Amino acid sequence: MTMVQTKPESPNTDADDQGADLRLAAITKRFGGFLAVDNLDLEIPAASFFALLGPSGCGKTTTLRMIAGLEQPTSGSMSIGGKDITGTSAHERPVNTVFQNYALFPHMSVLDNVAFGLKRRKIRDHQAKAKQALELVELGHLSARRPAQLSGGQQQRVALARAIVNEPALLLLDEPLGALDMKLRRQMQGELKRIQTDIGLTFVHVTHDQEEAMTMADTVAVMNQGQVEQLGAPRELYELPRTAFVANFLGKSNLVAGEIIEDRGDAVVISAGGNRLAVRKDRSTTHQGKALIGIRPEKLRMMWPADAPADGSNILRGRVLDSSFTGVSTEYLVEVAGIGPVGVFSQNHGQQLAAPGDDVVLTWDTAHAFGLDGDEDTQAGAREAEAAAT
Amino acid sequence: MRRRIGPWLVPAFGGLAFLFLLVPIAYVFAFSFNDAGRTNLSWRGFTLDNWRNPCGAPAVCESLANSLQISSIVTVIATILGTAIAIGLVRLRFKFNATANMLIFLPLATPEVVLGASLLAQFLNIGVDLGVGTIIIAHSMFCISFVVVAVKARVASLDPKLEEAAADLYASPIQAFWRVTFPLLLPGIVAAALLAFAMSFDDFIITNFNSGNVDTFPKFIYVAATRGIPAQANVIGSAMFIIALLIVIGGQILSNRRAKMLAAR
Ligand SMILES: Nc1ncnc2c1ncn2[C@@H]1O[C@H](COP(=O)(O)OP(=O)(O)O)[C@@H](O)[C@H]1O
Ligand SMILES: [Mg+2]
Repeated sequence: MTMVQTKPESPNTDADDQGADLRLAAITKRFGGFLAVDNLDLEIPAASFFALLGPSGCGKTTTLRMIAGLEQPTSGSMSIGGKDITGTSAHERPVNTVFQNYALFPHMSVLDNVAFGLKRRKIRDHQAKAKQALELVELGHLSARRPAQLSGGQQQRVALARAIVNEPALLLLDEPLGALDMKLRRQMQGELKRIQTDIGLTFVHVTHDQEEAMTMADTVAVMNQGQVEQLGAPRELYELPRTAFVANFLGKSNLVAGEIIEDRGDAVVISAGGNRLAVRKDRSTTHQGKALIGIRPEKLRMMWPADAPADGSNILRGRVLDSSFTGVSTEYLVEVAGIGPVGVFSQNHGQQLAAPGDDVVLTWDTAHAFGLDGDEDTQAGAREAEAAAT
Repeated sequence: MRRRIGPWLVPAFGGLAFLFLLVPIAYVFAFSFNDAGRTNLSWRGFTLDNWRNPCGAPAVCESLANSLQISSIVTVIATILGTAIAIGLVRLRFKFNATANMLIFLPLATPEVVLGASLLAQFLNIGVDLGVGTIIIAHSMFCISFVVVAVKARVASLDPKLEEAAADLYASPIQAFWRVTFPLLLPGIVAAALLAFAMSFDDFIITNFNSGNVDTFPKFIYVAATRGIPAQANVIGSAMFIIALLIVIGGQILSNRRAKMLAAR
């Protein structure tokens, strides 16, 4: 991990914690018999924007609460900047949280809310610093108000100011935009990202919205049932999912089950319903036996049978079942013999559109396919993605 | 017909009900100005003497002082313990939580004569001298229940996330309590304290069993009633009523002004 030096003139008393890595080692949390977080190892580099993405109930909030010290792990340890913090209480940790429903103190003015943490740590100039933080979120003019007199979006900014004013080693955000409407949400996404870049704090952002995670975060960890399925840069996760869950939860994927029948050296060929589909070895988690081959709908090229290449691999012949035109693109569902329905996402270049009943040929670049373990469920994560989108 | 009477019905009955409530109070107030002499039953002419000298009648002010002292101490004890119990009952998950919740209602549901008599039996059993101390113990017992019930509702409506936010913002548990929990519970605690004071000040039955020869104000009035209540008792009663009224009106004005101030910002 690289240590990124942030704001050397930082007035934070816990200067050592500034720009410190968070490390979770074998963290497990049980509620009675229920395993909410399962042997989780996680390393979050300093000054990064880290997203924990996963369906509802996968253990994101529990993980965040354990980092904040609001919940103690059943087993495992955690450290910030090499300093062990396992077992310490929330008020002793250099960590601040933006709560899902903001949890602003209703009996205090906006300014007092923001100054609360500074006062508890006996920081000088707490009023001035709190004012400054409110300016940063563009709410300086409302500092005398009570939280109840603010709109949802404004309350959200106050909650953010109240946390960042403390310059914590780690800022935790639990679905901070969940209660906002779509337009405000997109706007706040950009703003959060800007603030994070400006002040250089480490953000750990919990969300079930994959688009939000991908647009904002440097690193995304996809969580499922208390475990991290895969972790990486958004592009990396999207282009090369390593589990069926990630392939389906993060965007859409066509997953086809088959058997590896040929080793070409740098690639293997999978036979599925009589079709030969190639995948590069470095893009496949398995190189023999049963396998799933995955291909994103937008990576598929759809053409008329007359234009199709002669026989080879990566060619699927099918018939259009359904099409929906959205303007910039058209989404097709193509029935392929021996495989089933395949989703295709075709950008509008002005080409002639296929209609249901038309025979078409699908093809793609081998470099765009990915291979997964054959005993995985092709539908894993699809239902969760659907639920998260609504 | 119905349409014409309808709009009048509610105000008319409301007015009658108010009249019904206020007549005895008006009576007490009016007779505090009675030039009463020995019994204050019939009107004998207007005087301000009773108000000038409220302690004029023997033992009126002594019993009042006893009552004020007892009720104040009881209010403090019951409010502190009751608030702590209310928070515990709502926040802590322990084995007999449900049972404890029900037991706390018992003193409210038990007839006062039964409570008073059984307490007396206990005091006699362990050989405690009856007096101010035993009254305070007896009153605290049932006032705690009132406080618990009143404060519990407030605690239940308090978002536990707020205390977590306080802890997250470097407040120790004690700081979180005094800076966040307590201010948010305060309106409920104040209401509970006023209720406890009124209940204690007003109590006659339980007091009568457990007071020995100490006179509280209600006990004094009860005893005096057989001989004729002095007009000074009316003065004190009226004064209490006016003070209570002022507190209520003051509270209203204060909260109105605060609401206006907030709206103006
Ligand atoms: N205090 C608790 N007691 C019992 N079960 C809990 C508690 N908190 C969370 N859980 C359970 O743990 C699982 C993970 O919850 P959570 O971390 O809130 O999920 P997420 O934030 O990803 O939606 C859920 O199934 C939830 O029901
Ligand atoms: Mg959650």
